Amino acid sequence: MVSITTRDASVDFPIFDAKSRSLKKTVLGVVGGNIDSGAKVPVIQALHEVTVDLEDGARVGLVGHNGAGKSTLLRLLAGIYEPTSGTAVVHGKVAPVFDLGVGMDPEISGYENILIRGLFLGMTRKQMEKRVDDIAEFTELGDFLSMPLRTYSTGMRVRLALGVVTSIDPEILLLDEGIGAVDAAFLEKARDRLGDLVARAGLLVFASHSDEFLRQLCTSAIWMEHGRIKQQGSLKEVLTAYKGPEAWPLEKGHGAA
Amino acid sequence: MTPSPLGRAFQDLRAGWGQRELWGHLGWQDIRQRYRRSLLGPLWITISMAVTAIALGILYAGLFGNPLEEQLPYILVGFIVWGFISGCVNEGSEVFIANEGLIKHLPSPISVHVFRLIWRQMLFFAHNLVVYAVMLIVFPQPLTWRSLAAIPAFALIVLNGAWVALLAGIISTRFRDLTPITQSIVQLMFFLTPIVWIYDDLINSPNPDVADRARLAEFNPFLHFIEIIRAPMLGADQQIRHWLVVLAITVVGWVLAILVMRRYRARVAYWV
Repeated sequence: MVSITTRDASVDFPIFDAKSRSLKKTVLGVVGGNIDSGAKVPVIQALHEVTVDLEDGARVGLVGHNGAGKSTLLRLLAGIYEPTSGTAVVHGKVAPVFDLGVGMDPEISGYENILIRGLFLGMTRKQMEKRVDDIAEFTELGDFLSMPLRTYSTGMRVRLALGVVTSIDPEILLLDEGIGAVDAAFLEKARDRLGDLVARAGLLVFASHSDEFLRQLCTSAIWMEHGRIKQQGSLKEVLTAYKGPEAWPLEKGHGAA
Repeated sequence: MTPSPLGRAFQDLRAGWGQRELWGHLGWQDIRQRYRRSLLGPLWITISMAVTAIALGILYAGLFGNPLEEQLPYILVGFIVWGFISGCVNEGSEVFIANEGLIKHLPSPISVHVFRLIWRQMLFFAHNLVVYAVMLIVFPQPLTWRSLAAIPAFALIVLNGAWVALLAGIISTRFRDLTPITQSIVQLMFFLTPIVWIYDDLINSPNPDVADRARLAEFNPFLHFIEIIRAPMLGADQQIRHWLVVLAITVVGWVLAILVMRRYRARVAYWV
């Protein structure tokens, strides 16, 4: 059973400046005693007491301003950050798609990158070998796939990364926006494939600034502000509250409330 | 139900081991990567080891007035083993810092990065064994079936490399000064450990001052690690005390590493 449950989960980042990250200061600090202000490490509260219950079939959009905690929340849900207080329990195989460049090696060929990226997303070598032809066809990269990745343009890299990501079968799919830099015709194709991927996934959480994308992929939403959940509910409710009524054009028939 | 922090530390190691396909592939990739577009490829690992060891062998055979067929194999084997040990310690102290991007973007057990590092060092070691094989042809050693002790000895060294990398990796992610400190210490230990100088020669030195000082090497843990594998590889007498010291360090080291993992494993993603 696929699910994500968090209870009052907080994520606090200690911010070590060059000095407090050194042994010298810690050792001297212990010896010297009560230097309260100097000894404490400043903390950024990226998430504060977040409680969510996501079940199989959930299609959740994350909205909020830059720095509101969307990406941190995604990382909490992925299990990358374990909460500093509270709990977060994730059941299911997570496929996070935050940064298309991570895990890509410019010096090796497109084919090899497909394999490595797949392994990182929890696939086996055999599973990836089965998918390679499908990915090659989708990316339309042809002979370039045997060239080192450094010879690719930005758009070509995005194609490759999208090709791999959309070929897997995730139980929990976590998408962070930032899938730009592709030509319009390809984007249409990618959109279909993303749609398929989302349909295969048991659970989707998608952080985006694009109302259109959100309406297309999500049914419910979470509005983040200053590291807290400001509102949770149906996509229509949350988007209307977040952006105003014009975010929900009447002619669009989506929005299962 | 959430498992205890201790349970999670073990779970991390188990899950990391389960991803053999990933770190196995990445370890190979790291090696091929380093020598990409070079004509000889990873053979360079072997060549540069051979050149250094032969040069040091000739130099120190001359300095100590020892026969080359005694000094060169001693230095060569010591050097190959030291390469593995220092690789694990040095790279271990920045294993998580170096993988910041992966740690922050993909959920995986932290032990994956350590296993990748140890595996890469094992591959380096395997490349260097070619030099050892050639040496056996040029300077035959009195190998017996007891020389097979080199295999469990290497396994023990690998096991220690893993806890050192985990422990040093976690601590130096929090305290960034630890990486340069570690690297300086490793450099220093190269000279304090009998690698270029022959332990038995100095202990049995006619000059009592030299002999006394050489005996201090017993306090150097690296001595015991080098000895358990070098003696069998050269067909020399093996002494049980080196094995006992290494076994004790293995147990204590892993307990320590697991305790630190229990407390700080989840912090690594915050610290990198």
